[in-house]
Amino acid sequence: MILLEPRPQPSRALTLLSPVIAIALTLVAGGLLMAAMGRAPGQALYVYFFQPIHEFWFWLTLPADQAAMWIYTPAEVVVKAIPLALIGAGLAVCFRANVWNIGAAGQYTLGAILGGWIALSAPEDASGLWLVPYLLGGVLAGMAWAAIPAFLKVRFNANEILVSLMLFYVSTQLLDFLVRGPFKDPAGYGFPESRDFGAGLIMPVMVEGTRLHYGVVLAVVACVALWLMMGRTLKGFEVRVIGAAPRAGAFAGFSRARTIWFVLLLSGGLAGLAGALEVSATIQQLQPTISAEYGFTAIIVAFVGRLNPVGAILGALVLGVSFIGGENAQIALKLPKAVTGIFQGMLLFFLLGCDTLIRYRVRLAWAARA
Amino acid sequence: MTEPEEGRTAAGAPSPETPLFEARGIIKKFGDFAANDDVGLTIRAGEKHALLGENGAGKSTLVKMIYGVMQPTAGAFYWQGQPTVIHKPAEARALGIGMVFQHFSVFDALTVAENIALALPPQRMRDLARRITEVSEAYGLAIDPRRAVHTLSVGEKQRVEIIRCLLQDPRLLIMDEPTSVLTPQESEMLFRTLDQLAAEGCAILYISHKLEEVRALCDTATILRQAKVVAHCDPRAETALSLAEMMVGSEIGDVEKRGETTAGEVRLKVDRLDLPSASEFAVALKDISLEVRGGEILGIAGVAGEGQSELMEALIGEVAVERNDAILIDGQPAGRANPTRRRRARAAFVPEERNGHGAVGDMTLPENIILSHHSAEGLARGRWLGSWLDFAGAADWARRVREAFDVRSGTENPVATSLSGGNLQKFVVGREILREPGILIVNQPTWGVDAGAATVIRRALIDLAGRGTAVLVISQDLEEIFSICDRIAVIHHGRLSRSYPVAEMTAEKVGLLMGGAHPESTEITDVEAA
Repeated sequence: MILLEPRPQPSRALTLLSPVIAIALTLVAGGLLMAAMGRAPGQALYVYFFQPIHEFWFWLTLPADQAAMWIYTPAEVVVKAIPLALIGAGLAVCFRANVWNIGAAGQYTLGAILGGWIALSAPEDASGLWLVPYLLGGVLAGMAWAAIPAFLKVRFNANEILVSLMLFYVSTQLLDFLVRGPFKDPAGYGFPESRDFGAGLIMPVMVEGTRLHYGVVLAVVACVALWLMMGRTLKGFEVRVIGAAPRAGAFAGFSRARTIWFVLLLSGGLAGLAGALEVSATIQQLQPTISAEYGFTAIIVAFVGRLNPVGAILGALVLGVSFIGGENAQIALKLPKAVTGIFQGMLLFFLLGCDTLIRYRVRLAWAARA
Repeated sequence: MTEPEEGRTAAGAPSPETPLFEARGIIKKFGDFAANDDVGLTIRAGEKHALLGENGAGKSTLVKMIYGVMQPTAGAFYWQGQPTVIHKPAEARALGIGMVFQHFSVFDALTVAENIALALPPQRMRDLARRITEVSEAYGLAIDPRRAVHTLSVGEKQRVEIIRCLLQDPRLLIMDEPTSVLTPQESEMLFRTLDQLAAEGCAILYISHKLEEVRALCDTATILRQAKVVAHCDPRAETALSLAEMMVGSEIGDVEKRGETTAGEVRLKVDRLDLPSASEFAVALKDISLEVRGGEILGIAGVAGEGQSELMEALIGEVAVERNDAILIDGQPAGRANPTRRRRARAAFVPEERNGHGAVGDMTLPENIILSHHSAEGLARGRWLGSWLDFAGAADWARRVREAFDVRSGTENPVATSLSGGNLQKFVVGREILREPGILIVNQPTWGVDAGAATVIRRALIDLAGRGTAVLVISQDLEEIFSICDRIAVIHHGRLSRSYPVAEMTAEKVGLLMGGAHPESTEITDVEAA
């Protein structure tokens, strides 16, 4: 019999080790899945996980002149990690408050929509200064979309998981309607797309020859700022107390309603920012699909990052690798894109399972009592 | 030892004189602490037997052993005269012992019949539903087996539990404080069911500390005090007072008093406070007035669930009251002030539940200092995001509390849950006392705490009052109230009696007030239904 015994104190070591164990288990299960699909497990896992890491390692060892030549793949990992880190850090704060914003993808989409509207309203030769209202618009739209579950939860105790998730589907329909209607490019041969954004509304690239843009600065600043807030300020303390023990929060004089509003607006705003940023940096127009799945993947990022905003950077890189690996696998192994989602799902599954070990220790008991 | 014992017939069937169940010399130790010390209990078929005692007297420990949830350290149980070891609840049920817990173990998402099916051997749902209907009609436990449990009221959920027990043909039914969650009407219906069951020969073991209820229902009582049996009696032949005296000890009223105190200005005043109940099972507060002067300790006595938690929430400021001047702190209206503003006015609070209310279990002691001191003691300055926490200051506070109150912990700054109950209680009380507050309001200062820690805490409360603080102690422990308070008031059904100097107070008066009667007249204070 396998017994789970409560530990006297949660284990700090396992808090950090749990993602590592989960990644290992994901690789084992993923290998089995590959074998079942008729691929050599070793090669498949190499393509998926180790090749991007390997390439990155390889790149680090290169002399400076050659490094510039081979920078594309590592930069692509970071490009994927930017929206993941922005959304993941916001979700980490939100989840800490025991508020479960599952609809970051919807807030991301709204950020892209309002940003897109600003971009399409701007003159074609608009200067780069237009990026400021563009990104602020993204933040505000994400916050507004997240305000709906916040209001319904505070006012009617509606479940924020369901409300925020369902609002994602509303947001995709809205985007779809807009790119087929008001936002459609009149010169676009009927394709459901907006016109391309003007040059001023495209996020400037940071490293020549890559798609790595200045959003990375925003992401790192946001993660570090949230990390300081959670660990060092009364606001972060309030969020943690309300999440851990709501009655103790009331005793401390913290308002649960205010905290729910705060964390949902914060995570919604960051998701909206990520949406606007991503569209401006990589897609540069509005389409029916704008990589909104980042909003869901960021949930895994938050957990891999141990619900710590700086940890979210690390989590975003891990998940960024899995996106690149998924693309590699599509090319090299002719595997469907859905396999990426399966890997990410397994990672979250094993991670939540491993997190049990933080509070419990496993003991094997050879039951002998009659 | 298979020889028939005295009182048994040769056929092995118990004679009417053989008790259905007997416990002899039961001892249960948790470390050095004896929760049951040489406890004996005899229950006969058809008897309605009350197990009386204050919180912590050892009632729950005893019934958990009878139901097989835990094992006695020493002593033996006898079922129909035969020595019996009950390893687990399934064995208890097989003998014919059923138990209805205070907190129900039903699945909200399932129907009544599905919930009951889980406890029984596999059978067809249609047959089971029919049997449920039969039993529910036979015992006046109206319930529709097809209803989902989440749609049931608390009283109806309890019926599900009772029916589940009845379907197993119990010979002994244990009820753990069954009326603590019931409305008076529901309690009345429950008593009729229990009367009928007893008339059919099923024994009832009824755990309670509500004296009137026990006198109305039970024909036998065993009274526990501090882990020992202090009396077996017929509750109908006793008065509420004599039962109370047995429960809390006859020394009520002549415990050593502390010296004469000089009361100062009124520091805490509650003036005709009304608070509607927040939920169906919360108690509404009605017209509560009290005054506590600097240098004195006012005690509020009362049995559990008479409005103490609701009063505490209103005093902390977790719920705002309608009139700002219903609560005055040093003369300043604070009825609508939040806890932080009240603390800045030098009020301090210790709620009843230390883990999850007075402290966050998963946070360290310094973090738990910040919990109540963040703004009142300058551990977080400024407002909103600009307010940086002073962790060094908090760690210093935690160290001083640990030293002043002898809080023992394995590591320097442990998380709160790793402390024992007594040590965590000393921490949450000490945290507030070290602020040297103007007003200290404590709910159940020594609940579930070992005797050593209790003494430290009571001593500290008396010393604090001696330094000019107004102290309000809400407690269900009468001995405690009599030993530390200068004046005593009693809370009953959300109303507070006027306060009496401890010298004028007797156990009889407290007992009457706890039952809702007015001690100086025959006036009935209130008979409102919940």
